[in-house]
Amino acid sequence: MLISALLTEIPVYYYVVISGILFAFGLFAVITRRNAVVALMGIELMLNAANINLVAFSQYDKALLSGQMTAIFVIALAAAEAAIGLAIVLNVYDRFRTVNLDEIDTMKE
Amino acid sequence: MSTYGFWFIVFSLILVTSALAVITFRNIIYAAFCLLLTFFSVAALYVFMRADFLAVTQVIVYVGGILILLLFGVMLTNKITSFFKIKTDVVNVGWGSLAAGGMLFLIAFIVRTISFGNLPWVKNAEKTNNVLKDTDSTVHSIGVQLMTTNLLPLEIMSILLTVALLGAAYIARREPVKGRKTLSK
Repeated sequence: MLISALLTEIPVYYYVVISGILFAFGLFAVITRRNAVVALMGIELMLNAANINLVAFSQYDKALLSGQMTAIFVIALAAAEAAIGLAIVLNVYDRFRTVNLDEIDTMKE
Repeated sequence: MSTYGFWFIVFSLILVTSALAVITFRNIIYAAFCLLLTFFSVAALYVFMRADFLAVTQVIVYVGGILILLLFGVMLTNKITSFFKIKTDVVNVGWGSLAAGGMLFLIAFIVRTISFGNLPWVKNAEKTNNVLKDTDSTVHSIGVQLMTTNLLPLEIMSILLTVALLGAAYIARREPVKGRKTLSK
């Protein structure tokens, strides 16, 4: 059934499953990594997962392409987020000499 | 099996495996290069979804921009003795697996419950011939959409990108010399 479904057209739930897996991986990376740059990589994975969903359902909206438009804005936002995030990480490294997320706890004290 | 389905499976497997490698490698450089593979396979999946413009955008912005930025971040935030020995520690594995597994379970449950091919608006799109074909190009449509329906978001995005550019340059610059001196003492 899995193979025969692929003969003509790829069902949209395949994309949903793939993006779900990708999102779970991104969440895992954000929670478990100590290094701030790798946590940012996890955020990029999650944004990509969301984009796959948007574009997959956008196939059924040829006239307006709302999903693809949203995906374009998400990509632009991701670029801005990466730039600002890394600037903050660089500043944190300059001040604390570390980018381990659990060691930067000055505001807790 | 058609070549179409075959390549779809190949790219999905590359995508999932490289994403798994990103979260299992403790070496940050390896993780970043696996992320490169992930971004490329997402672009390939965009092609399967008939989003040609987005596939090219994905390669340009993610692979050419964000990934290079991340690599610069890795290099600038580590004392580099050997380039390939930059490791990250792993914490909270239990909570992380719990959250990721819960999320995966939830999505699997949703996929099993809802049959996406039979949604009313999907059926409607198929009836009114509103489905993207292999021969369609989305570039023209996206250009028209950007200048009509999505004009306000486009303008807001241009302001946001300018603000992000200025803000990133301001935040990342070094402290003035005065502050440096007190820090080194």
